Amino acid sequence: MIGGLFIIITSQNYLKKVVGLAIFQTAVFVFFVSLAKVLDGTAPILTKMANAYSNPLPHVLILTAIVVGVATSALGLALVLQIYKNYETIEEKEIESLELKSDK
Amino acid sequence: MFDIFLDDAPALVVVLPLLISAIIAFMPSKIWPWIISIITLLLHLFLSLHLLKEISVSGLIIYEFGNWEPPWGISFKIDGVNIGLQLLFSIFVLVSTFYSRKIFLNEIDYRDSGKAYSLWLLAVGSLNGIILTNDIFNLFVFLEISALASISLIALGAGQNRKALLAAFNYLIIGAIGATFYVIGVGFAYAMTGTLNMNDLVIQLAQYSDGQLAIFAGMSFMLIGLMVKAAIFPVHIWLPPAYSYAPSAVSTLLAALATKTILYFFVRLLYEVFIIYPSYLSLFLDFVLYPLSLLAIFIGTVIAIYQNDIKKLLAFSSIAQIGYITLAFSLKDHSGVASGFVHIFNHALIKGGLFMAVGYFAILYKDRVTLNSLKGFGYKYPITSFALLICGLSLIGLPLTNGFISKLYLFQALYTNQMYFSIALVAVSSALAVVYFWKIVEQMWFSEIKFKSEKEDAYIYLPIWIVTISIIVFGIYSTPIIEFSNLSADYLISGYQN
Repeated sequence: MIGGLFIIITSQNYLKKVVGLAIFQTAVFVFFVSLAKVLDGTAPILTKMANAYSNPLPHVLILTAIVVGVATSALGLALVLQIYKNYETIEEKEIESLELKSDK
Repeated sequence: MFDIFLDDAPALVVVLPLLISAIIAFMPSKIWPWIISIITLLLHLFLSLHLLKEISVSGLIIYEFGNWEPPWGISFKIDGVNIGLQLLFSIFVLVSTFYSRKIFLNEIDYRDSGKAYSLWLLAVGSLNGIILTNDIFNLFVFLEISALASISLIALGAGQNRKALLAAFNYLIIGAIGATFYVIGVGFAYAMTGTLNMNDLVIQLAQYSDGQLAIFAGMSFMLIGLMVKAAIFPVHIWLPPAYSYAPSAVSTLLAALATKTILYFFVRLLYEVFIIYPSYLSLFLDFVLYPLSLLAIFIGTVIAIYQNDIKKLLAFSSIAQIGYITLAFSLKDHSGVASGFVHIFNHALIKGGLFMAVGYFAILYKDRVTLNSLKGFGYKYPITSFALLICGLSLIGLPLTNGFISKLYLFQALYTNQMYFSIALVAVSSALAVVYFWKIVEQMWFSEIKFKSEKEDAYIYLPIWIVTISIIVFGIYSTPIIEFSNLSADYLISGYQN
């Protein structure tokens, strides 16, 4: 999680930022899934063998969150593509210097 | 025959825009997406009025999706807190959609108008979901739908200025971090209580009355995530570029309603759920929200003075105005929360009106509106300019406008809490607001260049004047807004005093 956040903050490349965001979100998903584990629990399918079941609700929540995450990444990548078409670079510093020139 | 639909009104106000948005996405026509959106939003308004009628009878509606009883199923809750906001939302969205047509035709490719209105309705539906939902995870889903829809709408501004892409990208990254923080908080809360329903959460949290570190960590994560989304200083940096480079119609919708709905949920979470831990709550309100609000008011206003670009100026003034709202919410008593809600209503109208007028100027001027470009506009386009003047005076808080009512109630609330320092600061910042607004007025009416008045488009100035007249009407006859705000505060604060 911290790794993903670190990438978002430090990297100058917009593409890397999107990837960092994906890592950051995935870490949170894993955190949710780890919450669902019940000691000695099995998958929540009704059988005679099992004594305890893991909680399926966090899994379901995370399915929703994964869909949201995919949409976020897709929109982010689409924006990076458009930025590249307009500026011909996706490096933050180069874009900043381009904008400074055009403001003058 | 309609009774079947009216029973499901709480769900329909959210589902209807979402459903129609999928239908109109691929319409190649110039005008049909707009007409369908208008019809949808008229229905939306009708449903909201129906909800108001129901609420005035019963006082509380809990709508269970699929008849799954809460806390197992997702539920929507409508009560005194959100019915006023729901009504304002419904009316303002209709007016701004009416306004948006000519603006969109000028600012984006007409072949994209189907997609634009599809995103527009998506944003409307999900923002409405934020107002109604009673489930903390469901809120995250609506937050993300509304964020993705607004980011795409902001990126449509790239046809005018390519910086819109950068603004949209920054909003995406920062907004996603905020939303993910919120989800971490939800995870902690779920791990400790096993519930996501807000009413049930209060009951389950009561068993940890001595406080648990995991719960405090979760609460902090949730609050910080929402602060990012609501653009509370200092995590507001995504807002000014996003509002100023978005197409004008989009800035109107977002500035007036997007942050307001999230602020509403923020205060609901504070006073309805986290109230269980009064010491934590007052720690957060006194040492985090209160100083940050004061900084937001002061810094937002000062930065606004130095802006040359009018839309950016308005965006920074929004930061200051959000500061006023959070300052009122940090007061922990009835008068404070009520005055916060008053300002949510009034500021939505004021900023909406200002962004509408400036958006029209941007089209007439065919470039970004800066201070210099406004020279003589007061004579050239008198109808719109006069509306801008009234909205601006209301932003400052002159009597006979609704901005004055907001300031009055805020001062009253601060006075009863004996916060004289904040009163002084709010007064100074109101005076500074005169400075940046005067710069606009000076350019518009007192420059050497004089134009003859030109014809203005009734489709555009009509909605602007509807907003402007409502500003004056609510400045003189403020009872409806005050009543709705008091009702909201009654519901929220009753939990605090018990």
